[in-house]
Amino acid sequence: MTFSFPEPDNYRRTLTTIGAIVLIASVTLYLALPVVALFFRTTPELFISSLCDPAVTSALWLSLSTSVISLGIVILVGTPFAYVHSRNTYPGKIIVDTLIDLPLVLPPAVAGMALLVLYGRVGLVGRYLDMFGITLAFTTLAVIMAQIFVASPFYLRQAKSLFEQLDPSYEKTARTLGASPLRIFITITLPLTAGGLVSGAVMTFGRALGEFGATIMFAGNLPGVTQTMPLSVYVGMQGNFNIGLTISILLVIISFTIMIAVRFLAGREGRHA
Amino acid sequence: MLEAHLYKQLRDFPLDLKIQANPGEILVLMGENGAGKSTVLNMLSGLLNPDTGSIRLNGKPLFESASGVVVPVESRNIGYVLQNSTAFPHLSVSENVAYGMKARHIHKDRIAQQIDHWMELMDIKNLADVKAGKLSGGQKQRVAIARALAIGPELMMLDEPFTALDTESRQSVQDAICTCVSDLQIPCLVVTHRVLDARDIGDRVILLNRGVSCWEGLPSDMPDAGIQSPS
Repeated sequence: MTFSFPEPDNYRRTLTTIGAIVLIASVTLYLALPVVALFFRTTPELFISSLCDPAVTSALWLSLSTSVISLGIVILVGTPFAYVHSRNTYPGKIIVDTLIDLPLVLPPAVAGMALLVLYGRVGLVGRYLDMFGITLAFTTLAVIMAQIFVASPFYLRQAKSLFEQLDPSYEKTARTLGASPLRIFITITLPLTAGGLVSGAVMTFGRALGEFGATIMFAGNLPGVTQTMPLSVYVGMQGNFNIGLTISILLVIISFTIMIAVRFLAGREGRHA
Repeated sequence: MLEAHLYKQLRDFPLDLKIQANPGEILVLMGENGAGKSTVLNMLSGLLNPDTGSIRLNGKPLFESASGVVVPVESRNIGYVLQNSTAFPHLSVSENVAYGMKARHIHKDRIAQQIDHWMELMDIKNLADVKAGKLSGGQKQRVAIARALAIGPELMMLDEPFTALDTESRQSVQDAICTCVSDLQIPCLVVTHRVLDARDIGDRVILLNRGVSCWEGLPSDMPDAGIQSPS
């Protein structure tokens, strides 16, 4: 019986393959294990019974309704804003660009504090609104405002970039054919950027749904009024752990669905381009 | 009839050109890259305004710097096929051809008639329901030309219309353009860098060099020097 060492090239290739497998496996496991652990910590029966708990349904309804409203406002205001912003040059544009991106890097608690300092009962604007009996802080409206502040950059950045990248010859051609700016926007610009816009909207919805820091600072944690799903998870940690666990699993399922949707839409956009 | 005097200061040189094109005439603009050919078409269409000068189409002023007349792009009634194929990829071929007519609120029965007519003429009727994004370069170009003609333009302009076409398509598109221009009796401006295209399709040629006309005459008399060879 004879023993021979592998050829240096084969030896190096084997080592590289093993290294790659270890690297991919360790990163994947690090990200996946905590999420998977959530599902192992409960049973289907317990999960279903917790789903019917009023605290869960209330948080679920509040989170979904406020996120949908926030998304609607972001799309209605953000789409024309992104279009006008991307198609025009004006003084201070770079500052506006930076401000759009700021909530992405700002700690959400700081965003909540900023909203409170501005719109709180003794805030810069809030004190004047209070004189007219209008209170924003610690209301459901505050939840929506916090979600918009934190989540809107996901949509605005995407829309801005799509409008900038769209081949201008399509719109120019439509103009020479006699189309009005509104018709061009509706029949050419929007359909040609729709896939990307929807993917930006889905990301915005996901971020709004998961919003915690700014909400608890500006809107508080009032069950049925401002206690969204992430806040319920936090409360569940201190009281009913199962409720916290059930809402966490729900959020994981929703987030996973959102990411799959974004990947699907991004793929479709890529094929279209 | 198109009569224009265009002056515009470009980045490296001033563009200063007088153009006259008669009904049924195909006027070819030739010149090297950056000579200002596409800028001329953009100014005539209204996508870009000259610094000074005037543009008159069938006696109507579209632009007059002296009196401040500027007719907007949407109201100029000029069929303009821009460089690179610009068939709207998300619309079907028939929707593309109908686009300009719908924008002009033409009655839908008339639109249906016109779509049929122009698709047949440009040999794209069998593609009526196909999304333009799925067409070949030559087919897209035919769609763009049909769409521009369908609005019933008083002036037709085509910027490098034969670039994406193979020899066979090139010949049939050239024939279709010649027939339409002759039938409709409208002036037509074609920008091309190919001498062969200019000779095949043009009634008259203007050679542009750094924004000014350096030669004007019949295609058969065109000098070869200074023009890119056919590709």
